[in-house]
Amino acid sequence: MANVVVNPTRMELTRLKKKLVTASRGHKLLKDKRDELMRQFLDMARENMELRKKVEAGIKAANTNFVIAKVGMNEQTLSTALMAPKQEVRIALSDRNVMSVDIPVYDYKTKSADTNDIYSYGFAFTSGELDDAVRSLSDILPDMLRLAEVEKSCQMLAAEIEKTRRRVNALEHVIIPETREGIKYISMKLDENERSTQVRLMKVKDMMLEEAHHYKEHQFENAQ
Amino acid sequence: MYKIAVMGDYDSIYGFATLGLDTFPVKNPDYAAAQLKRLAEEDYAVIYMTEALAEELSKEIDKYRENLKPAIILIPGISGNTGAGIAGVKKSVEQAVGSDILFNEEQ
Repeated sequence: MANVVVNPTRMELTRLKKKLVTASRGHKLLKDKRDELMRQFLDMARENMELRKKVEAGIKAANTNFVIAKVGMNEQTLSTALMAPKQEVRIALSDRNVMSVDIPVYDYKTKSADTNDIYSYGFAFTSGELDDAVRSLSDILPDMLRLAEVEKSCQMLAAEIEKTRRRVNALEHVIIPETREGIKYISMKLDENERSTQVRLMKVKDMMLEEAHHYKEHQFENAQ
Repeated sequence: MYKIAVMGDYDSIYGFATLGLDTFPVKNPDYAAAQLKRLAEEDYAVIYMTEALAEELSKEIDKYRENLKPAIILIPGISGNTGAGIAGVKKSVEQAVGSDILFNEEQ
């Protein structure tokens, strides 16, 4: 790049050469990182889409069931029935490191192991449809948690890939060419300086010899 | 141990309470934004949110996109699927790859 000002000195040349080595190595590493992230991400994105479709279909079905359940009894009974849940879900959050991105891993536990604890009501005043509705919702809960895990990971990986890609591009298209250009400029300038010194020395030598031996005068005499 | 929250209009989310998730019915988007902030600071690792509500809180949700916690996951509400959840997945792919190469042909 012509607009970069560098001092044409040997020190600067050494510095730039070191910078080029570091930049090239960084570029290679970041490129590898990007490729690996991308590979992991694409697998995860596919899984994400599948899970999402499954969960959305599941929730839609559960919602329909709840609507049917609601028809069979009055609003108060329904809200009373669902008011005090017996079951509780807790998740232990740990993280997995994928190419220096910490993606979440959820490990969920229910308060009681009894699967029937999702029915937090007596069966006397509620319709049987409510049981089905609650059941259908509970069936998709593991998928919903897996979806949360995968979707969050996808979002984080996507952000990291974007950042890495920017860095790779900046190195590849800006930093490395600029440094190469700088090195070329300095070495040409140094060569040029050396040549001009050489020529000056030769010239000075000629002049000094001339002064000592008076070649030109002899030449003139010989010619005559 | 972290908890799981569900946010949205009451009709869409009341069923989740039976499973042991904490439900937070909200109507007003301003109130919902404050609620979301509060939940994010508390021990909620996953927040499920109806697509309808998420549409109004998209700015707040974007803030948590790159954080490990909480994961804000869109779910369809009772009024139907708006496609915002699927769009979110596509957005991730677009952000990572540059264009949506995976799910383009499915439309």
